[in-house]
Amino acid sequence: MKGKPLASIVSAGLSKFGRLEGLYAREIFALAAKEAFERCPNLDPKKDIQALFIGHMGESYEHQGHTGATAADWTGLLPIPATRTECACASSGAALRAAIFAIASGLYDIVMVGGVEKMTNRTTPEVTEFLAMASDYPFEQWHGITFPGLYALMATAHMHKYGTTEEQMAMIAVKNHHNGFLNPKAHMQKEVTLEKALSSRIIAWPLKLYDCSLISDGASCIILTKPEIARKYTDTPIHIIGSGQGSDSIGIYERESLTSLAAAKFAAKQAYEMAGIENPMKEIDVAEVHDCFTIAEIIAYEDLGFCKPGEGGRLIEEGITTLDGSLPVNTSGGLKAKGHPVGATGTAQAYEIYLQLTGQAEKRQVENAEVGLTHNVGGSGATAVVHIYRRE
Amino acid sequence: MSEAPQFTIEQFYKFMNKGKVMGAKCRNCGKIMLPPRPICIQCYSENLEWIEIGKRGKLLTYTIIHVAPPQFQHLIPYAVGIVELENGLKLPGMIRDVDFDKIKIGMELEIEVEPVKKEEEQKWPAWPKYYYKPA
Repeated sequence: MKGKPLASIVSAGLSKFGRLEGLYAREIFALAAKEAFERCPNLDPKKDIQALFIGHMGESYEHQGHTGATAADWTGLLPIPATRTECACASSGAALRAAIFAIASGLYDIVMVGGVEKMTNRTTPEVTEFLAMASDYPFEQWHGITFPGLYALMATAHMHKYGTTEEQMAMIAVKNHHNGFLNPKAHMQKEVTLEKALSSRIIAWPLKLYDCSLISDGASCIILTKPEIARKYTDTPIHIIGSGQGSDSIGIYERESLTSLAAAKFAAKQAYEMAGIENPMKEIDVAEVHDCFTIAEIIAYEDLGFCKPGEGGRLIEEGITTLDGSLPVNTSGGLKAKGHPVGATGTAQAYEIYLQLTGQAEKRQVENAEVGLTHNVGGSGATAVVHIYRRE
Repeated sequence: MSEAPQFTIEQFYKFMNKGKVMGAKCRNCGKIMLPPRPICIQCYSENLEWIEIGKRGKLLTYTIIHVAPPQFQHLIPYAVGIVELENGLKLPGMIRDVDFDKIKIGMELEIEVEPVKKEEEQKWPAWPKYYYKPA
């Protein structure tokens, strides 16, 4: 049946995003979990949570792998099974799917899923190197192509093919910084003008500093139950009604298109079919998309079918995706302003949709939001995960 | 009979080190893979042959990198692009020997190879740095 709940969110938690001086990844995750536990007094974490899935991208930052067990330990959940997923920046989007499978299989009734990354203890060149590990080593990294470089290659191609402009990209930054300004957990809570965004220093032309997401520390988590028991834990369960994931070649040079992400289109198609969404522009009320770079948000509009290929720039220009537009996108501030602790991003997007659909998004609340979407991309698009959410 | 070189990235770079761009062509279905792969991803055949790819192509897209990982810091700013060679095959690389403002999508570029230095041959990876220059 289309639109049937696969699993239900009964609680969610998010750490502050930003430079969390002195805090280790496992400690940050514990803080996110604490919020999720406190939101859900009917749940006894030690008794009720049966498994943990956690997205985490890199061992390099803290010289630490094996994140699953560590996260279970620091959240007081030993000895439940705890498994880490790694799909670069889509690590916790993929963890969310694993958690949904765990519920849908009938094996578990209640699981916790989240993500974490600690990044700000490293220098920008080091972070640039660690992030690049999610791209192709022999042909991209080996020749000095960075992560911003890969999205810059897509941006140049998009500008050339469709006439997309640096101003349109900067408008994404202005919008997301405005939303981040309203989000007390965002890494950067300040407005940015179009002029400032356009005149910021170049990272990988045509991408400038304000076209890039932030290097942040942070953690996110959600608690999922099988739909039939969700009401036992909350009066406002949020059902996940569609889930899709796709893969593509790790090297962008091997792809047919340099202006869209085939994995994202594939993931969206699956999720839409499962959820029974036929006209996303009309049926989706609020979306969190993977704006690791401003061009990525423009491409996301197109890949998700919010507009035709090449019209993403027009969508932002017309204000359709602003907080008071007809389809607000990245109300949290997105990766751009809320921050992008890569492993935490997928379930942080789910956290924002959970707040929006339960009416808890305060100053950035989208009125009467019923259906939400998350779009989480790994690396330069070799992984993409899309989920659809509906309030009961 | 001596064994034919394996269809691997390692071997691709060995050829590149001698100034040749070599792809793998599937004898079963005709698919050409650049870089080569040990099995055909279209029909799964292992019946492959080496095919030399011309070193000239057209620039599809490019960027100028200003923030780089530590090992490339000394080169900034530098240009990289994706070039379409013959048969629609694509290969990324640095673009050198041209002013940034002269770089245009569609321009003709050619692969140049800097062979691996003797003292680096024993390291991993011992891959040459090829780059593009105006044709």
